[in-house]
Amino acid sequence: MDSNIEALVAALPRILDGVWITIQLTLGGAALAMVIAVVFGILARSPRTLVRGFARTVIEFFRGTSLVVQIFWFFFVLPQLGVELHPMAAGILALGLNYGAYAAEVVRGSINSVPTGQWEATTALSMTRAQRMRRVIFPQAWALMIPSLTNLLIHLLKGTAVVGTITIADLTFRLDSLQRDTNTFFAYGLGLVIYFVLAYVLTLIMNALEVQAKHRLGRGESLKEALSLRSPDTGVAAGEAARS
Amino acid sequence: MNEFWNWDLAFEALPRLLMSFLTVTLLVTVVSTAIAAVLGLVLAILRMSLPKPLAMILKFIIDFIRMTPIVVQLIFAYFAFTSITPLTIGIIIFGIHYATYMAEVYRAGIESVPKGQWEATTALSMSRTRTWVAVIIPQAVRATVPALGNYAISMFKETPFLLMIGVVEMVQAGLIFGGNNFKYIEAITLAGVIFLLASYPTSLLIGRLEKRLAFTH
Repeated sequence: MDSNIEALVAALPRILDGVWITIQLTLGGAALAMVIAVVFGILARSPRTLVRGFARTVIEFFRGTSLVVQIFWFFFVLPQLGVELHPMAAGILALGLNYGAYAAEVVRGSINSVPTGQWEATTALSMTRAQRMRRVIFPQAWALMIPSLTNLLIHLLKGTAVVGTITIADLTFRLDSLQRDTNTFFAYGLGLVIYFVLAYVLTLIMNALEVQAKHRLGRGESLKEALSLRSPDTGVAAGEAARS
Repeated sequence: MNEFWNWDLAFEALPRLLMSFLTVTLLVTVVSTAIAAVLGLVLAILRMSLPKPLAMILKFIIDFIRMTPIVVQLIFAYFAFTSITPLTIGIIIFGIHYATYMAEVYRAGIESVPKGQWEATTALSMSRTRTWVAVIIPQAVRATVPALGNYAISMFKETPFLLMIGVVEMVQAGLIFGGNNFKYIEAITLAGVIFLLASYPTSLLIGRLEKRLAFTH
C-alpha cells in the first residue's frame, strides 16, 4: 500500500494534468452544447417547415450517429478533407454537437411546456417575439429544463473518457500510466472516485442554478436561504424573538 | 469528387462493417439490454425491501456506477478479470451500468402503482412474493417498456466504447479498414450511417409505443 501511495505522489502532477484536461473538455463541450441546444431548440419550433426541417435534420443527425463515430470523423476524416483540427478542438466539437443535439430536444420540450396563458399574456402586452422569449418564456422554460440538462452534463463528463483514442491525455489516459506503477484496483478505483467527485460537484452547481432559477420566478427560497444552515422553519423562532 | 469519396472502397468496407455490426454491436446491445432489464428490476425491488442502512448503501453503489464513465469501468474490469474475454466483460459491464439506470425507472414505475393495490393484496392475505409477482410487477413494468427501449438505443450508440478494451466492434473495424487503406472517410462515414439507419426508426417506433402505453395505462 505504501508503494502505491509513493507511486501516486510521483504520478500526481500527471493525474492533475489529466483532470484539468477532462474539466476543459467537459466545460468546453457543455458551453458549445448549450449554444447549439438553445439555437436548434428554438429553430425546431419554427412555424416555417423549411427551418423546422433543417433543425430536425441536424438534431437527429447528431443524436443518431454515435459520439465515437463523430469524434473519429472530426479527427481522422476532416484532415483528409483538408481541415486540420487540434485534437482538443475535435473532442470539444464532437462532445458539443452530440450532447447539444440531445439538449436541443430538452430545450424544445421545456419551451413547449410553458403554460399557454403565459404566451397569450405576452401577446396581450404586445411584446415582440424576442422580448417574449427573453423576458417571459425562456426564464420559465430554463427552470423546467435544468434537471434534464444536469443528466446530460453528467453524460457529457462520462463521454469525455473516450478521447484518449484521439491522442488527448485526459484523466482516463493518465490512469493507464499510474496502473503500471501500482495496480488495477488502485489506479482505476482512484479514477472512478475522481470522476464521481467531478460529477457530484457538477450536480451541486446545477442544483444551485435550479434553486436560483425558481427563486427568480418567485417560487421557492433564494440560493442564500437554501445554503444557510439554520432550519427552514423560522416561524417559531421569529415568534420567540419577538417575545424576548 | 472521386478524391473525397471512393465507391470501390465503400463497397469493400461495407460487408466488414455489417459483419462486426451483427456479431458484436447487436449482440452486446441485445444481451446487455436483457441483463439491464432483469438486474434493474432486482435492484429496484431490493432498494425498496432491504432494511434502511443496507438500502442506503445500495443506493450509493447505484449512484456511483451511474455517475462514473462506462469507459473507465470497462478498462477496470478488463484489467481486473483477465480470465474473461473482453467481449464478455463488455456485455456484463454494459448490462450492469444500464441496470442502474433501469433501477430508477422501475422504482418510478413501482411507486406509480396505486396504494390501493398494495392494500388489496393485504386484504386478500397474499404472500409478499405473490404480491410482487402477480400484482405490482405486471403493472410497474408496463410503463417502463419505452424507457428500456430508449436505453437500448443509447447503449447501441455507446458500443464503440468497447474499442477501448480491444473488442473489434463496428467502429474499430472501420478504423482498421481505414488504417489499411490510408483513407478513413468511407468506412467511418458508413459506420455513422449504419448507426443512424438502425437507431432513428427504432426511436420513432418507441415514441409511438410510448403514446399507446400512456393512453391505456
